[in-house]
Amino acid sequence: MLDARAMIARGRRRDAAFNILGWACAVVVLSALAALLTNLCIQGLSRIDWQFLTSFPSRRPQQAGILSAWVGSILVILVTACTAIPLGVAAGIYLEEYARKNWFTTIIEINIVNLAGVPSIIYGLMALGLFVYQFHFGQSILSGGLTLAFLILPIVIVATREAMRAIPKHIREAAYALGATRLEVVRHHLLPYSAGGIGTGVIIGISRAIGETAPLVTIGALTFIAFLPPSPIVVDPALQIQPFKWIMSPFTVLPIQMFNWVSRPGEEFLKNAAAAGVVLMVVTLGLNAAAIVVRHRIRRRIKW
Amino acid sequence: MLGLFTRAVLVVGAVAGIAGSALGQTKVVKVDGSSTVYPVTEAVAEEFQAATKGAVKVTVGIAGTGGGFKKFTRGETDVSNASRPIMKGEMEDAVKNGIEYIELPICFDALTVVINPKNTWAETMTVEELKKIWEPAAQGKITMWNQIRPEWPAEKINLFGAGADSGTFDYFTEAIVGKAKSSRGDFTASEDDNVLVKGVEGDKFALGYFGFAYYAAHAKKLKAVKIDWEKDTLGPVEPSAANVIAGKYNPLSRPLFIYVNKKSVETRPEVRQFVEFYIKNVKELSAEVKYVPLPDSAYELVKSRFDRMDVGTVFGGHPEVGLTIEDILKRETVSEAKSHGDDKK
Repeated sequence: MLDARAMIARGRRRDAAFNILGWACAVVVLSALAALLTNLCIQGLSRIDWQFLTSFPSRRPQQAGILSAWVGSILVILVTACTAIPLGVAAGIYLEEYARKNWFTTIIEINIVNLAGVPSIIYGLMALGLFVYQFHFGQSILSGGLTLAFLILPIVIVATREAMRAIPKHIREAAYALGATRLEVVRHHLLPYSAGGIGTGVIIGISRAIGETAPLVTIGALTFIAFLPPSPIVVDPALQIQPFKWIMSPFTVLPIQMFNWVSRPGEEFLKNAAAAGVVLMVVTLGLNAAAIVVRHRIRRRIKW
Repeated sequence: MLGLFTRAVLVVGAVAGIAGSALGQTKVVKVDGSSTVYPVTEAVAEEFQAATKGAVKVTVGIAGTGGGFKKFTRGETDVSNASRPIMKGEMEDAVKNGIEYIELPICFDALTVVINPKNTWAETMTVEELKKIWEPAAQGKITMWNQIRPEWPAEKINLFGAGADSGTFDYFTEAIVGKAKSSRGDFTASEDDNVLVKGVEGDKFALGYFGFAYYAAHAKKLKAVKIDWEKDTLGPVEPSAANVIAGKYNPLSRPLFIYVNKKSVETRPEVRQFVEFYIKNVKELSAEVKYVPLPDSAYELVKSRFDRMDVGTVFGGHPEVGLTIEDILKRETVSEAKSHGDDKK
């Protein structure tokens, strides 16, 4: 009797200790993040205004802005998303639903997981040889977007597979029992049900891609660029529609602009860098928030 | 759901389809290369675009002097920023690819050796003493100030220097140790000069080096060391614009260059326009971004070299330290690299 009581008490003590440990870990991690954010905001927040968002880089820190950088970031990410999502999701579906399990697919699976851990600069080197020189895409938004797409492909594939695997087997069996083809099962059931999980993976990937510098510098992203890529619709002098001309344009991105400012002399440039950092954070957090909303909505629609 | 994916796939397909059609008729002058020269070229590009009202666009990258030359000798860029003269291998690449270039000095970069303002003993140092501190053999051995001069304090020297990828590192090691990239490794290295400034600012026993521009921006927080070069008879020379221009602040001041692709100039008027604008305005703009401009007479020589389209380099493919600007502008340019034996005139 006494023994059991002692055991229970000991268990409770351990429980409480673990609880405190967990809390401590969370506090350390969160306060580090908070400190980082506050620091960025204190330095940079006052610098963010309309002028900052709509100006090109300049040697005068007060006149400098991040227009070409944020437009570049968004366009590069657009190319990345348009490439990595269809390719990654399709590959994930294939591996999970179609491919037979044999040594060959096992090797592919292991490699995909390993690829997620390859340093990003390696992707940059590959892209420099492949996209920039072999395919003659040049130092363009297309090259940059494709590079980042390759970088996040493993993340998207793994997320897709996890999401598919989480769908109960009886859903598939029920659909097959009613005579659905494999394509119909994927289209009408598996994809909609796994959209939330896939979306999460995609957003994690995109959030990573948007902060990448090394591979883009490797393929030759620029630092000073005081013009925007050609607009898809030109009104002046004559109405012209050139929907994809921007994709071959040279570019810069937010992290590169930040990196350049950090390494310049003068407090003012540091302020600019911090301000660009805040914008980058807002974009990333905004993307994450959007993903959470979308996932929540999709989840609500699904009723098994 | 699939509708969306199909659309995405179509977009990607279309994108790949138009990939061949490049930038079209927009006039772009492409510049890449040294991050040391970058602030100057950025300033010029900014003013140039304003002056041409955006008719000509300029892009500037920071691939580094070596990375810039790689692209330049492949014919991918029109202008290459360089913090050192073109080297032998790069000249050979240019010859192989049929790229002819014009070498134009544009301003000076001066390196500054800095100490903490509270440091009262090391206000003057000889190049030999700096070498004793920075050479590879010093690693782990030369750690105290009194190992350099016995009367200096018996305190640890805390060293701050440029990261191994930077032109500053190449230049400092070449000028002080005598061999580019030859340095001790046990010091705080950073590509970001702000880190170095902070390091020296907060440590009485620190010693560091970085660009004169960075020193000038933080002059209140730091003290510059006067450099005494045994190979001249000037005695200790303080890093200042006047001393740099006069060619006195040796061996730690150097000219910066742009290399211009001759064919680009001949075939595309906007490149010529940009380079002419560069030569005309670089004096004012380089001072504004805290570099040291060449003397007026030198800019006239630069302009006439460009007007004559003198291709090649005056350095013959080997780095040299301590040249005056007249030396650089009056020597004959060559395109073929000389062998190392006869590069002294």
